[in-house]
Amino acid sequence: MLPLLLVWFLVGPGLSILWVEPLNRFQLGGFPLGFWFAQQGSILVFVGLIGTYALIMNRLDRRYHRETLDRGGGSS
Amino acid sequence: MGVQGWTYLFVGLSFGLYLAIAWFGRVRDTRGFYVAGQGVPAAANGMATAADWMSAASFISMAGLISMMGYSGGVYLMGWTGGYVLLALLLAPYLRKFGKFTVPDFIGDRYVSDVARIAAVVCAVFVSFVYVAGQMRGVGVVFSRFLEVDINVGVMIGMAIVFVYATLGGMKGITWTQVAQYWVLITAFLIPAIAISIKLTGQPLPQIGMGSELTTGADAGTTLLDKLDQIHTDLGFAAYTAPFTSSSWSKLNVLLTTVALMVGTAGLPHVIVRFYTVKNVRSARHSAFWALFFIALLYLTAPATAAFARYYMIDSLQGKTERDLPSWFHSWEQTGLILWLDDGDGVLRYSAGDDNELFRSRGLDRQELTAIEADHQRWLSGSGGSDGRTALRQRGLAGPDRDIIVLATPEMAELSAWIIALIAAGGLAAALSTASGLLLVVSSSVAHDLYYRVINPAATESQRLLIGRSTIGLAVVIAGIFGIYPPGFVAEVVAFAFGLAAASFFPAIVLGIFSRRVGTVPAVSGMILGILFTATYIVGNRFFGMPAWCFGISAQGIGTVGMLLNFAVTLALTPFCAPPPPEVQRLIERIREPEPAGPAVMIETAPEH
Repeated sequence: MLPLLLVWFLVGPGLSILWVEPLNRFQLGGFPLGFWFAQQGSILVFVGLIGTYALIMNRLDRRYHRETLDRGGGSS
Repeated sequence: MGVQGWTYLFVGLSFGLYLAIAWFGRVRDTRGFYVAGQGVPAAANGMATAADWMSAASFISMAGLISMMGYSGGVYLMGWTGGYVLLALLLAPYLRKFGKFTVPDFIGDRYVSDVARIAAVVCAVFVSFVYVAGQMRGVGVVFSRFLEVDINVGVMIGMAIVFVYATLGGMKGITWTQVAQYWVLITAFLIPAIAISIKLTGQPLPQIGMGSELTTGADAGTTLLDKLDQIHTDLGFAAYTAPFTSSSWSKLNVLLTTVALMVGTAGLPHVIVRFYTVKNVRSARHSAFWALFFIALLYLTAPATAAFARYYMIDSLQGKTERDLPSWFHSWEQTGLILWLDDGDGVLRYSAGDDNELFRSRGLDRQELTAIEADHQRWLSGSGGSDGRTALRQRGLAGPDRDIIVLATPEMAELSAWIIALIAAGGLAAALSTASGLLLVVSSSVAHDLYYRVINPAATESQRLLIGRSTIGLAVVIAGIFGIYPPGFVAEVVAFAFGLAAASFFPAIVLGIFSRRVGTVPAVSGMILGILFTATYIVGNRFFGMPAWCFGISAQGIGTVGMLLNFAVTLALTPFCAPPPPEVQRLIERIREPEPAGPAVMIETAPEH
């Protein structure tokens, strides 16, 4: 979870606000790069982050369930 | 068929659909009424959350804001989507596992305190009403422009529809109606954007079109954003893509406002409560993903619409004379969203300076406007009077109203009548879906948290359902009154809603989940101090002319400071105060454990319920 929050911080407040001026010197298609991150890129990354989180956590949950079942019986 | 015929058709069809859903989704118990029986599939809940979240402001005003603000508009795009990351990672799954109805429920039970519970109820009700007022006004605006009925009649029709499906179906009716409303609003937003993108740049994807070269007109071959930057600089505005162009949008303010909006989003009760309606923790996580996915469809398109509209608006007005003004200008002039006061040369000029001739008149009463216009005519003919442009500029009315961007763009781009009509149905769907979600929060806060948990814990199921239904009915009526007599400060207090949610709920919930040590006294002091600080700063700054003494931070961004203050106070007091009682500590351990493989915790079987 912490690495995901770190990505959230680096892309959201980071690339789109704190370092937007140096990034704007680069172009992505017809976009200044920093501007693109602020209005498009950050949103795409946010969707990806929540998707990754749901996949990882639900896999952990399933593994936990298998282990408790193997030990003979659930936790409740 | 003309625009009006199409509008009646679309609005009629969509309203019929909402009512039909309400009839099939009616409920008989409080679990259905407050949390839709917790049987909503993750993707459907995601759609409902998206519709709940995307209000009249997102649909009608946001693209307009971005259009006027350029880069700084990204504050809203990032703030209102980034909050879902916090919500999904830090709050939603845990609150769902906790297994109660509302946010005040969590605060009250976790901190074993009725003071905290009541503070949370007050915040939830305040935040919700602030929001609802804006939605009802949105309904009125759409009705008055597209159907040419009186604003008040429009508000009453909207109220009647919400009243029926909210009292009949509670959360269940609202959820399934919101799913339908999502489709209406997203279709209405995407189709015009795609059509305009193809028209301007030949690109079917607006997100790519925004960064492409123009294919028509005198500017063919230049990229849209370069052209906008150039137009802006020529007119004396800051370049469209340039960051941090004014002191109110300095780097610090952009950063703090974004964070306040993000954290506020994660703390807004009508969003959080949606995660109580799914089957289990796993679906709460999936549902957060779907919610942001469906929201992103609109939020990724809005900046493109903003850029297209900015270009169209300036291109079709700048340098035009009375005779060759486009027809959309005249139809929107009547709504007060746009106004032209010429300086005598007969040519329209839009600029950032004193020679600007484009204004808006919304918020002025008719007499005042007529007086200013008459004065201006006298000034033009050289017989006394005064320059109306100065008068309007001093009232802060320079430039067209931002709402015109989404509402009028299809007309600017000369799209077909049915596409223009679609916007009306979409705007109504956005406003009604958000209004109903908020009204349910008001109802559950009052009927469940206040009446059942504090005033009369012995109430029976049917008494509670009755109270729930009557409060939601009453809330609809109050919201309608706000729509008919809009308080002038709606726009101002939205900053309030996010700031307060950020400074009050967020730290209390996060610490409540992730710390076993934080007890009642520190949490309640943190919450109260956070609210007081944020509220005083916003009220003082916006209404009493207090300077932005805190490092020049604007009222919109101060919620972040309030939140940090709340965290600091709570954590500083914690070592000196008693930890929560053992049963609460066990509760915290339980909500952080993975969910057992068996069926999910149901509300009836959850302890103390």
